[in-house]
Amino acid sequence: MGRYLIRRVLLSIVTLIAISIVIFSILALAPGDPLGEFATNPNVPPELQAKIRESYGLDDPIHIRYRSWAWQYLQGNWGESFSSKIPVQEYVFSRLPVTLAVIGSSFVVGILIAIPLGVISAVKQYSLFDQLATTFAFLGFSIPTFFSGIVLIYIFSVVLQGTPFALPFVFNSQVTGFWPNVQQSIMPVAVLALFNAAGLMRFVRASMLETLNQDYVRTARAKGLREQVVIVFHAMRNALIPVVTIIALQVPTVFGGAVVTEQIFRVPGIGRALIDGILSRDIPVVMAITFGVAILVVIFNVIADILYATLDPRIKYD
Amino acid sequence: MAHDADIKAAPRRAVVEDRLDEEAQPGAALHLARVREQRSLWGNAWRQFRRHRLAMVGLAVLATLVLVTFVGSTLYGRAIDQPFEYSTSVPPSLDNLFGTDSLGQDVLARILWGGRISIAVGLIAASVAVLVGTSIGALAGFFGGFLDTLLMRLTDMFISLPQLPLLLLISFLFTEKIESFFGEQFGAGNVGIFILIVSVIGILNWMPTARLVRASFLAMREKEFVEAARSIGATRSNLILRHILPNVLSPIIVAATLGVGQAIITESTLSFLGLGFPSDVPTWGRMLFEAKDYIQLSPHEAFIPGIMIFLTVLSINYIGDGLRDALDPRKTQ
Repeated sequence: MGRYLIRRVLLSIVTLIAISIVIFSILALAPGDPLGEFATNPNVPPELQAKIRESYGLDDPIHIRYRSWAWQYLQGNWGESFSSKIPVQEYVFSRLPVTLAVIGSSFVVGILIAIPLGVISAVKQYSLFDQLATTFAFLGFSIPTFFSGIVLIYIFSVVLQGTPFALPFVFNSQVTGFWPNVQQSIMPVAVLALFNAAGLMRFVRASMLETLNQDYVRTARAKGLREQVVIVFHAMRNALIPVVTIIALQVPTVFGGAVVTEQIFRVPGIGRALIDGILSRDIPVVMAITFGVAILVVIFNVIADILYATLDPRIKYD
Repeated sequence: MAHDADIKAAPRRAVVEDRLDEEAQPGAALHLARVREQRSLWGNAWRQFRRHRLAMVGLAVLATLVLVTFVGSTLYGRAIDQPFEYSTSVPPSLDNLFGTDSLGQDVLARILWGGRISIAVGLIAASVAVLVGTSIGALAGFFGGFLDTLLMRLTDMFISLPQLPLLLLISFLFTEKIESFFGEQFGAGNVGIFILIVSVIGILNWMPTARLVRASFLAMREKEFVEAARSIGATRSNLILRHILPNVLSPIIVAATLGVGQAIITESTLSFLGLGFPSDVPTWGRMLFEAKDYIQLSPHEAFIPGIMIFLTVLSINYIGDGLRDALDPRKTQ
């Protein structure tokens, strides 16, 4: 396991370097000049422009620019945001808590819905409950997050306006107090939770169906254990092992969903920072977030592998 | 794959019923046996597919949508970009079946036109992904060794790429340039954007197919029929294309089908975030993006394109589900 882990981590680092080169090249090859503002400004003489370009190293060959960027990035210097003029770390980390809270709670809610639904569906295969649950999963899986968000806004902020069930449709970070904050988080979390739950539920059901046919489940029944005990302690425990991996692997997809959700509900998180950064060509911010997501993906891939190996003793890596 | 091994129940049950029927009428057995000899593989798959009721509904809905958007757009003949041709934000009525939008344009005309683009993007982007994925997977699985390691590392790297951020970034940075380039060269800037979006979505989505195809190739290349083909001197390309590929087609078809739905969602997401096609091209995602601020005044503007995307993707997913059952040889009678 130890040697496997080292190899896995080394491989991840190579992958990350490759990804950073890809992202850097895309930004470097993109048309448009980061100093576009100055180029059109008649008050800035060409000599001064050339000097600025030189001081930023903009005319250096691409591999030298990449090397200096990478070196600075590793030292924790992610540059300064073009639009808000504050260090990128500060900007990104100020946006992070909201996103983590929304994604985290949507995962919790999604898992809490998916596991019982999936397990009961599998145990009562072909029943009405199973059919309803699988249909629900299929619908949830096919509805794009941006549309489910709009449907929720229409129901809770337009139709139910003025009733006690109304929810605010714009997220306001100035709001204080526990209840108002919960209230304004319900819709963004619900959208992502629905998406999570739908995918997971199908997986839990499939995995559970497979486990219920195993010999050890029959043995457990044969020795006279109660059905609930067999299902919860013998079948479910084992069926959920691959599910854990899927949850870890879903994290990056959910981040994509979070970008959309934050845009719909105007949640001031990382996803919105990314969109704002792209639209205003705030390259340091875009680079930091895009690469940050890549790091997340790679880390969660490693976590998924490790979890799988620790939870399932039959799996041996060497 | 979250939906593997799902909804296998209904067709299997139907099979059992069929057999019971046969036993009940022994006289019919001979007749059935004769019919059965004439069945082709694809015929079997089609028979199996027809048993999946929701997949058939999906197929009907999708066929209607494709027909209506591709033909209807021309037949309907109303302008898609004539602001204030009608009064603004009128709910659906006899004059404007789907109502008008906040700029006084006919929503139905825009839906028809946009549907063509959304569906075309989905089909072509998924084809790009399947083509790239199948080629890479086939090469890695067939030749093995160093090439395999290299290609699989490449696949791993692509899987770890932050998809949505990259997609947003590329379409934002390159759209303008590509549009003006194609505008100057061919007089059709939007074609350039179409090609850009389709290839970026395709290039960010080939990895699952590649892994699938590689695994199938690894299993197939050791089979006797491949050995036999090799012994009579089949060339490598012949082995790959004529002997192995047809045998691994089923999972590719299923992956391709589901990929179309995913690509439609991806393109709509892009448009919904205000990137992708320019505002004079009314894709479904773009219409939703423009309508979302008027949800209070005229909900139909947002609901109609949203429901169209949802319906299309849902139909495709059900078709994919039906295909998975139909193409699984363990389930054919």
